[in-house]
Amino acid sequence: MENLISVKDLTKTYRTGDVDVHALNSVSLNINKGEFVAISGASGSGKSTFMNILGCLDTPTSGSYSMDGLDVPGRNKNELAELRNSKFGFVFQSFYLLPRTSARENVELPMLYNKKVLSNEMEEKALNALKSVGLADRAGSMPNQLSGGQQQRVAIARALVNDPVIIMADEPTGNLDSRTSYEIMEIFQKLNDNGITIVMVTHEPDIAQFAKSNILFKDGKIIANNPVKERKNATEELKKIAEPAEEKPAS
Amino acid sequence: MRILNLLKLAYRSLNRNKLRTFLTMLGIIIGVASVIAMLAIGEGSNQNIKASVASLGTNSIMIFPGTANQGGVRQGASSTQTIKLEDVGAIATRCDLINHISPVDQKRVQAVYGSQNWSTTILGVKNDYFIIRSLTIAKGSSFTTSDDRAAAKVCLVGVTVVLNLFGDENMNPVGQIIRIHSIPVKIIGILTKMGQNTFGQDQDDIIISPFSTVQKRMMSSTPYVNSILASGISEDQIGDAVDEITSLLRENHKLAPSDDNDFTVRTQSDISNIFGTISKVMTILLASIAGISLLVGGIGIMNIMLVSVTERTREIGIRMAIGAKGRDVLMQFMIESIVISFIGGLIGILLGIVASWLVGKFGGWPIVITLSSIILSFVFSAAIGLFFGWYPARKAAALNPIDALRYE
Repeated sequence: MENLISVKDLTKTYRTGDVDVHALNSVSLNINKGEFVAISGASGSGKSTFMNILGCLDTPTSGSYSMDGLDVPGRNKNELAELRNSKFGFVFQSFYLLPRTSARENVELPMLYNKKVLSNEMEEKALNALKSVGLADRAGSMPNQLSGGQQQRVAIARALVNDPVIIMADEPTGNLDSRTSYEIMEIFQKLNDNGITIVMVTHEPDIAQFAKSNILFKDGKIIANNPVKERKNATEELKKIAEPAEEKPAS
Repeated sequence: MRILNLLKLAYRSLNRNKLRTFLTMLGIIIGVASVIAMLAIGEGSNQNIKASVASLGTNSIMIFPGTANQGGVRQGASSTQTIKLEDVGAIATRCDLINHISPVDQKRVQAVYGSQNWSTTILGVKNDYFIIRSLTIAKGSSFTTSDDRAAAKVCLVGVTVVLNLFGDENMNPVGQIIRIHSIPVKIIGILTKMGQNTFGQDQDDIIISPFSTVQKRMMSSTPYVNSILASGISEDQIGDAVDEITSLLRENHKLAPSDDNDFTVRTQSDISNIFGTISKVMTILLASIAGISLLVGGIGIMNIMLVSVTERTREIGIRMAIGAKGRDVLMQFMIESIVISFIGGLIGILLGIVASWLVGKFGGWPIVITLSSIILSFVFSAAIGLFFGWYPARKAAALNPIDALRYE
């Protein structure tokens, strides 16, 4: 399978006062195209720092990182911004939608910074992206009129709109109940089936079961990298939740 | 990002905080309006002063005979008789930069009416004199050219003369006969009261008669005249007019190049220059005070933009995470402050024009709004938007995406 992300001896050191904190300690990893990786670990284990560096939001102290055949370290802020815009889609725990801005306009946002998209195609592309996450009818809604799950789906639509090669999701289900979490996982699995690579940080073991492989971080190092043995299918899990709920009144 | 999107974005964000946007704009509005109003008032008073100085005859030119020098003893100004009536005619026909000209004969006389008498000055002039000095007739009428040709025994009197000969400033002596040097002269008009001139002289203590009347009946009919009063066609060309007259008179008086002038040409443009300078200083003073309020308005913009950047740190983080470059964020905030100052500037121009108009209408102050004052204040306000918007925008653009995202 084609290699998408290749990381070698990646180190990130923060300096707080006189003490050096090694957030990442010589991490090496390869992620292929079409993968669905779940990263977990205790807080402070370095998983978020790793995600930020992979997502070109942060720069490593040392080590090499190539993404889709491009070397990342050494690039300036503008080049990193262009990379984030064209190659990545971001999904965050707190959704990070712009307040008082309609769902459609939130989805249009990445296209505003993409020179390849013409002004007159933006609306159509945004509506298509919303349709793909099942929110075609909520295009005009403001974020505060949407439920958490709907907001996260708008955020996913925003991540998809520039046709990214990879989606970086930082605890995408952290603020959602389990049913809504499964709905989000259902979307992720569908996207993954369509060939989009997904890297997801999560501390919920059952959510990690929807991925194809699990990586465990501890003290700035990867201590385990295993394929998921009994991978769960979100569509089926949703059915399982729905059935007992219908039977409840009878019992 | 495209400029249209940036404008849309700026409009949206300004529209979201309407009151705040309005208050920020108010600083610029008041600044621009006061600059325009102050410049309008300054320019109005400048032109007003110029007009009143001009009524004293700033573009007037006086020609006096030169100084006599007898065996090394110099006799002071106008101690010779060198200017003839034909010089007046020559200047009138040959100098293009002169539009009005009158010979002036002047004499101290004792005027008598009934039991009253009064020592005053009689001027013998042609009708152009009234135009040059902007003299007007309050009662009765002026003399005509045929009066001048006939050396008619008529005169116009100032109110001080009326007061002293008739005992009452307000009575109408038109038609009465006064005696000047035993010559009976009929009063045909009263000059409009002028009061004191700049130097404290009573300008109403005067009698004016046709030139030939004074010349032939009171000055023993010499071909010489005391002085000539002329006016140039424009104030700017007074210097050229003086040169023109000088060379013409030198030619007529047959002076060799080595000879000094046997006459003196004087203008009053110096007075006008002094008043012009005073008024310019006043205008600059007023405008700079107004300019300071515009500057304060600019600081208001900067203050609000800084608050806005802090408030929207999360938004900046989101935009940067999904691909906004530093310059996109910079432009976003710059456009916002430029829009504030631009719209504020436009409203300020309208308000400034209205305010100037009100001052002119109800304050009785002359108002002149010049295009240059509008352009100046508008460009200044736009520049303030740029200048004070730059720092907050720069601050926003320099944010690190992760730090901005995590900002609470």
